[in-house]
Amino acid sequence: MHHVHEENHEAPQSFLRRYIFSTDHKVIGIQYYLTALFMMLVAGLLAILIRIQLAWPQTPQPWLHKILPGLYDPNGIMRPEYYPMLFTMHGTLMVFFVLSTAPVSGFGNFLIPLQIGARDMAFPFLNMMSYWTFFVGCLVMLASFFVAGGAAASGWTAYPPLSALPESIPGSQWGQTLWIIGMVFFIASFTMGGLNFVTTVLNLRTRGMSMFRLPLTIWAMFCVSILGLLSFPALTAGVIMLLFDRHFGTSFFVPSGVVIADKLMPHQGGSPLLWQHLFWFLGHPEVYILMLPAMGFASDIISVFARKPIFSYRAMVFAILVISVLSFLVWGHHMFVSGMSPYLGMAFAVFTLLIAVPSAIKVFNWLATLWRAKIHFTTPMLFALGIVSLFISGGLSGIWLGQAPIDIQVHDTYFVVAHFHLIMAGAALFGVFAATYYWFPKMFGRMMNETLGKLHFWLTFVTYYLTFFPMHFLGLRGMMRRIYDPTQYDLFKPLQPINELISHSAFLLGAAQLIFVFNFVWSIFRGKKAGPNPWRANTLEWTTESPAPHGNWRGPLPVVYRGPYEYSVPGVAEDYIPQNVAPAEVKTVGARG
Amino acid sequence: MSRIQALLFAGFTVLLVVVAVWAFRKPWLPDLAADRSALDHRIYVTMIVTGIAFVLTQGLLAVFTWRFRAREGQTAAYWHDNPRLEFIWTAVTAVVLTVLVLGALRLWAQIYSPPPAGALIVEVTGQQFAWNIRYPGPDGVFGRTDPRLITVDNPLGIDDQDPRSADDIFVVNQLYLPVGRPVQLRIRSRDVIHSLFLPNFRVKQDAVPGMTIDIWFTPTQTGTYELACAEHCGLGHYRMRGFVFVQTPEEFAETLASLPPWRGE
Repeated sequence: MHHVHEENHEAPQSFLRRYIFSTDHKVIGIQYYLTALFMMLVAGLLAILIRIQLAWPQTPQPWLHKILPGLYDPNGIMRPEYYPMLFTMHGTLMVFFVLSTAPVSGFGNFLIPLQIGARDMAFPFLNMMSYWTFFVGCLVMLASFFVAGGAAASGWTAYPPLSALPESIPGSQWGQTLWIIGMVFFIASFTMGGLNFVTTVLNLRTRGMSMFRLPLTIWAMFCVSILGLLSFPALTAGVIMLLFDRHFGTSFFVPSGVVIADKLMPHQGGSPLLWQHLFWFLGHPEVYILMLPAMGFASDIISVFARKPIFSYRAMVFAILVISVLSFLVWGHHMFVSGMSPYLGMAFAVFTLLIAVPSAIKVFNWLATLWRAKIHFTTPMLFALGIVSLFISGGLSGIWLGQAPIDIQVHDTYFVVAHFHLIMAGAALFGVFAATYYWFPKMFGRMMNETLGKLHFWLTFVTYYLTFFPMHFLGLRGMMRRIYDPTQYDLFKPLQPINELISHSAFLLGAAQLIFVFNFVWSIFRGKKAGPNPWRANTLEWTTESPAPHGNWRGPLPVVYRGPYEYSVPGVAEDYIPQNVAPAEVKTVGARG
Repeated sequence: MSRIQALLFAGFTVLLVVVAVWAFRKPWLPDLAADRSALDHRIYVTMIVTGIAFVLTQGLLAVFTWRFRAREGQTAAYWHDNPRLEFIWTAVTAVVLTVLVLGALRLWAQIYSPPPAGALIVEVTGQQFAWNIRYPGPDGVFGRTDPRLITVDNPLGIDDQDPRSADDIFVVNQLYLPVGRPVQLRIRSRDVIHSLFLPNFRVKQDAVPGMTIDIWFTPTQTGTYELACAEHCGLGHYRMRGFVFVQTPEEFAETLASLPPWRGE
C-alpha cells in the first residue's frame, strides 16, 4: 500500500510509456475500449453483409464484387462457401472481442480503482501484459480473413467434427487454426485481467469502503471476473484438444467411421458432444459476463438520474451472486436436442427457469427505483432505460426457450437469434453506450454533445427493435439460423418482406453509429469542459478531477462514510451526498441559509 | 427537455407493446401435421403468460418515465427497500415459473417416452448435404452398414454380404410416412453434425456422427411438407432440404412396393 502511494505522483514522461506501454489502469482501460470499438466496426460490417445476403439472396450485387472480389463472384452473387465465415466471425468477434472486452476489460479497468478508491490495479504490469496479449489475439483473428480458405466457418460455437476436420468446410483450414490461437490469446488476456480485478476489489478498497458499500458496477465486475476465471479453463482445454484433433492426430471430438467426401477419416472414439459440454460450460457464464456489467451500469446510472437510491441494494447484490452461481448450472439448455440424455435436459430446464427469478427481481427493482423519482433524461439515462427495456423484451423469450419442449421447435431458428440479440447483445451494447456517455467526462475531461447523443440513442433504440424483434416471427415459422438463402424453402419464401424490413433497419442501425463516432471524436477535442462531478453523483470517481491524474487523487485517498446511492435524502441541502463526505460535513437544509 | 424525452420514451414503449401484441396474435407456427398439439398449446400458454408480464413491466416503464420526469420544485422520494413488496413479487415470479416448468417437464417426458409397439421404423442418416432415408423392407430388419464400404453409389455403406440388406429400401431426401401410425426415426450422421428439422411436425433432433438417436411421433395430416437441416453443417447447409410425404396407409403401402429394394452394385 505504502509503495503504491509513493509511486503515484510520478506519471511516466515518454509518450511510449505513457500512452502505449502504459501500466496506468485508466490508459489500459481506454486502450481496451478503443480496440473493442474497432473490432465492433469489423464485426458490424460482417453483419451488414449477412443482412444484404438474407434480404436479397439471389439478387446480383456487382458493386460488392468490385469491393470484395473474393467473397462475391463476377456476377455479384456471394460465394456460398464464404457465408459461414461471415456469421462465424461476426459472432466470435462480437461476443469475445467487443462485448466482453469493452464493458469488462475497458470500463472494468477504468472504473475499479476509481470507484473503490485505489491508486491503480493490484498488478499494473500484469494489466499491461493483459492488454497486449489481447491485442495479439485481435491481430490473429483479423489475419485469419486472409489465409487460404478464409476465416473460421464452423460458427462461433465451433462444433466438431466441422471444426475439427479441415476437409469438411473451406474455412476449417488455417482459418480455424488461427481462430483457436486467437481464442487462446483472448482467454489468457481475460484471465490476467480477472486475477487483477478480483485481487484489486478484495485488497485495495479504501478506508470505509466495505463490500456492501461498493457500487453495483463493481459488484458486477467482481462477479464476472470470478465467472471468467472459473469457466474459461473449460474452453481453454477444449480449444487445445481441438487443436490436437486437427493437427496432431488425436480424436477427442471425432468419432470412428466419419466419412467426408467419400473418404474415411482415420479418427476413432471421440465424442462431438464432449466439445459441446466444454464449450457451453464456458458459453453460458459468458452470456452473464456480457450482461452483468450492463446491469451494473444501468443500476448506477438510473439511480443518479432518478435522483433516488437504487431500490433494494442488497437484493441487487444477491441477485448478481445467485445469477453467477446458477449460470454454471444451465449450460445444457443449449443442448436440449443435441442427443444428450433427455433426463439431463429436465435438470437444465429447471435451473434455467430458476435463473429467471433473480433476473426478474432486477427488473422489478429498477422499476421501483423509477417510481416517485425525479428522472433527468440525459443520454446515459436514455441508454440505461434502453437496457431495462431490452432486458425485459429479450428476457421473456428466455422463458420460452428454457422450456425444453418449446426449444424443440425454435432451437437453431431466428427465434433464438432474436432472443440473444435483444437480451445479451442488446443489453451489453446499450451498456457500452450508457457507460461511454456517462464516464466520457472522467475519461477525457470533456462532455459529449447531448443533442447528438439523443439523436444517436433514438435512432439506435428504434432500429434495434425493428431489426431484432421481427426475428421472433421468422423463428416461430421455422426459419433456421446460419442459412445462406432462406428462399430455398417454400415455407420461408413468404417471409422475405420481413427479412427485407430487418435488413433496412440493420443498415440504419449501422449508419446511426456514425453519429456516435463523430460525437466521440469531436467531443475529445471540442466538447464542453467537464468539472470533477458533472452529473452530481456520489461515487468516488467523481471526487477527483476530470480526467483523473496518474494515481487518481492528487492528495490522500478518499475515505468512505456511506453507500453509493444516497440521493434526495430528506433534510439535506443538496440532493446527493458523495461517499467521501464525512457525516459532520453534510449540509442540512437549515444550514443552507 | 425532460418533457419531450419522457414523452418519446413512454410513447415508444406504448407503441412497442401495442405492435408486439398485435403481431403475436397471428399464428406464426406452420400448420401442424403431427400429434404434437400439446407443444403448440405450451407455446400459446407461455405466450400469454410472458405477454402479460411484457405488458405489465413495459407498461410500468412507460407510466413511470412519463409520470416521474423531472419537474421544477419536485423532489424524488427517498427509501431503500420494501421487504413485503419484494417478497410478494419474488414469490409470484417463482410460483408462475414453477408451474410453467412442471408443465414443460411433463410434456418433455411424454415426447421422449418409448415409442408405442408397432411403430414404423425408418432410418434417417445425414450427410453433407443430403438426407439418406432407409426402410428395413419386408423383413423388418435393417441390413448391416460399415463406413468402410461407403462409395458414391453406396452412401450408407450397406453391406451386400448381409442377407438382411437385400430388401432394404433406400431413398434420398424423400421421407414417406403413413398417416395415423406412430413412426420411430433412427437418426444418424455419417460426417458432421446435422439436425433433422420437420417444422410442421414440431420435430427437431440433431444427427450426431457416432450416435444413433431415436425419436417418435405420429403424423396426423396427409400432404407434402418440407424437411430441413437446422444445424450448420458446411457450405451446402442451406440447401440440405428434403420432403416429407404423409400418405394414407394404402398409398404408403403402394409407394413402398414401388420403390426398388437395395441391391448394391
